[in-house]
Parts: sequence; structure tokens; C-alpha cells
Amino acid sequence: MSAETAVDETTRLRVATAWLGGCSGCHMSFLDLDEKLLDLAAMADLVYGPLTDTKEFPPNVDVTLVEGAVTNEDNLELARAVRSNSRYVVSFGDCAVSGNITSLRNSMGDPTELVRRVYVDHPDINGHFPSEVVPALLPHSEPLHEVIPIDVYLPGCPPSAERIWTLLSRLLESLAAGEGIPDLTWRGPEDLRFG
Amino acid sequence: MRPRTGPRPNVPVTIDGVEHQAYEGETLLELARRVGVRIPTLCHLEGLSVYGGCRLCVVEVAGDRRLSPACALEVTAELEVTTQSWDLHEHRRRIVELLFAEGDHVCAFCVSSGSCELQDLATEHDVDHIHYDFAHPDQAVDASHPKYSLDRNRCVLCTRCVRVCDEVEGAHVWDMAMRGSQGRIVAGMDQPWGEVADCTWCGKCVLVCPTGALSFKGRATSEMVHDPDVVAFLAAAREDGEWLDRKADA
Repeated sequence: MSAETAVDETTRLRVATAWLGGCSGCHMSFLDLDEKLLDLAAMADLVYGPLTDTKEFPPNVDVTLVEGAVTNEDNLELARAVRSNSRYVVSFGDCAVSGNITSLRNSMGDPTELVRRVYVDHPDINGHFPSEVVPALLPHSEPLHEVIPIDVYLPGCPPSAERIWTLLSRLLESLAAGEGIPDLTWRGPEDLRFG
Repeated sequence: MRPRTGPRPNVPVTIDGVEHQAYEGETLLELARRVGVRIPTLCHLEGLSVYGGCRLCVVEVAGDRRLSPACALEVTAELEVTTQSWDLHEHRRRIVELLFAEGDHVCAFCVSSGSCELQDLATEHDVDHIHYDFAHPDQAVDASHPKYSLDRNRCVLCTRCVRVCDEVEGAHVWDMAMRGSQGRIVAGMDQPWGEVADCTWCGKCVLVCPTGALSFKGRATSEMVHDPDVVAFLAAAREDGEWLDRKADA
């Protein structure tokens, strides 16, 4: 864990993001932090996520933002790795918080039928059940907190960059000061809100 | 709310430690709104009969262990109520969470997102996630009406549509069928809405719907804006005889 923390790694906070069963819209919104990304870089290292080229989820992460519902076996594995290696886990966006669109399949029952329709019946040629690369679907798509304990919830589809920054900056400032999760109930133009 | 005429209010009622004078026969919710005390509501709508189904407006009444719905609580002299407390907030938050868990209220692609009373109530009550398991019911969407559509997955069974159609439009197209978690809104004799000849296409049910269950066809995400105040407007205008030809009377 030294390569990506070239600066003094004893004081630098380590932030990660993870992408489970979601559309990556939350990560797009994260990128919408724009110039705030420089402020973030000043406060912390980004040690894992779709925006980095790290294959394994690293140890000793301070804060991990997890986008997406837990809908397949890979999601489940990564969610558990995130929990084991992170001090604070943020349920990031409506899919992680409530299942959202990813979990609409739950009312259709057995996911095998869903996979058959998409991969076997629908293609014009060579329809077959995927056996590699595509991870197997879980029986139900679940919100993240059904699988691992969550410290902070950040709803929104996607949460706006302003909402992300409100949370992340307060959280990181608090951690940098050696404190825990700050009071994150807030009111105003950036009310917590689904959708 | 319409200004009242007649005798001055003379029923002393204490809300959150402040004494107010209520009119005889007034409900606690009417009084609270008149004097500017916010009590959250969902099924209640001014101009329609009282239903008392959602229980979001519950308040604590001094001397009573049970919570009472403000919309159906008629004031009595010396009534003393609390409208805001940690318990009430928790109680209301759980109701909102249960409503979310019971249906498929996926705000992300809802026509009413941004103009939804359930979504607003979630924000008001700090609902940042749902503690309960989602039921994910497989509820039918009825898009048989040429102008409107019904998505039962987003219905909270407030019965505003049932009441406005019966009490204001006088068509009584809507009804509740079944009970408990099987409960659902039905049109006519449980027919596709488009086949119900009694429907006058007035659209009042759509305007008063608090969520995205009833909407105008052709609206995409966040494009549906409801107008529940239309009922109070109609009720007032009828009482005032605004549509009568006054010149003919004179």
C-alpha cells in the first residue's frame, strides 16, 4: 500500500470508491466535483475505484463510497472486501441505498428466466447462457445495507456533486481532526432526497 | 384555507404549549393550519371527506396513551396536544419507510419525482434509507385510458382519487378492492380504466394523487406536476356560487 501513497502515508486519508450493480452515474456525479477534486486530492489519496487501476481492494481505507445494489456474486464479494478493509462505508446513491432500478427485477422472480431471455432467446445468433466473465446473478438484488453494515447513507439518483461534496468534505475534515462521523443531518438546498 | 364567518372562535386548545382559540366543530388539523402549526399529512386533502388512513398526522393528546390523527380529531375545550416530539418523528418516519417498502416507489424514474408528497415526507423525516425489507410486489399498470395512466406500484392507497371522483366529480369511478397488503385501487367493476364508461375524463384524480400512481400520459421522469389544491378551489367556488349567472338572478 505504498505505491499510491507517495506523500506522508501516516497522515494522508485514504479514500476509495466501488462500483457494484449501478449505472456508474454516481461516479459520473463524483467526477462533477470538478475543481473540488483538487481539494479532495489535497485532503486524501484515491486508492481504489473504477477511476484507478488497482485490481485488488486495498487494506486500511478510511472512507469508501459504494455505488450500486448487490445484484451478482462479484458485487457480493467486493462489498465484503470493502467492509473488511474500510473504516467508514458510505452507501452511495439510490441503488446502494434502496436497490433502485437494479432491483426492479426482484418482482419478476427467478433471475434464470431473465438471463435466458436476454442471453439465450434474444440474440439473433449463438444464444447461450454465459459461463465466464459475466458473474452469476444472486436470487435477489439487494440494497447494500442488507449485505454489510453501513455508516453513512447518501441517497440520490445520482446524488449531486454538491451533495457528495457536502458529505465528503465534512467527513474527511472530521476524520483528519481525529474525530468520527460528524452530524450529517443537513437542511437547505441540498436536502437528502431519493431520486 | 377559507376565512370563516359567523361566531368568533372560543374553544381553548393548547398546541405545543401555546393556547389557541378554535371554532366549535373544527378539527385539530384545521386549527393547526389556521394558526400556522405544521402537521404532516398524506391522505388528507382540504375539500374532501376525512379518511384518517395514513396516520402521518398523529399527535399526542394529554391524558390519552394512544396517538390521535389530527385530521379526524374534533377540538374540545381544554384539549392539549403535542405535534412535534422525538416519538412522533420516529412514528411518522416508520410510516414513510413502510410505504416505501410496500410498493416499488423508485423515485429515479418516476413521473412525479420532484412533485411527490411521499418523496417530500421522506426528506422531511430524515429517511435516508429503508430499514424494512422491500416487498417488491408485482402490481399491474393500467394504461388503458387514452389520457391517463395508473401505476399501482406507486400507489399509497390514500383514496384521494376515490374520494374526489365520488364527492366532487360525482362519477365514482374508483374504489378500493381487497384488504391489507393485497389492497388496491380499482376502476369501475375492477375493469381496465379505459373501459369504464362512467369516467368523465375530468382528471381530478390525477391532479390530487400525492405520488406518481396517477399521471397524464406522455410525461417522462419528473414531468408530472400535480395540483391537489384544485379541490379546495372548486369547493370554495361552488359554495360562493361563482358559476351562477348573477345577472340573470338580479
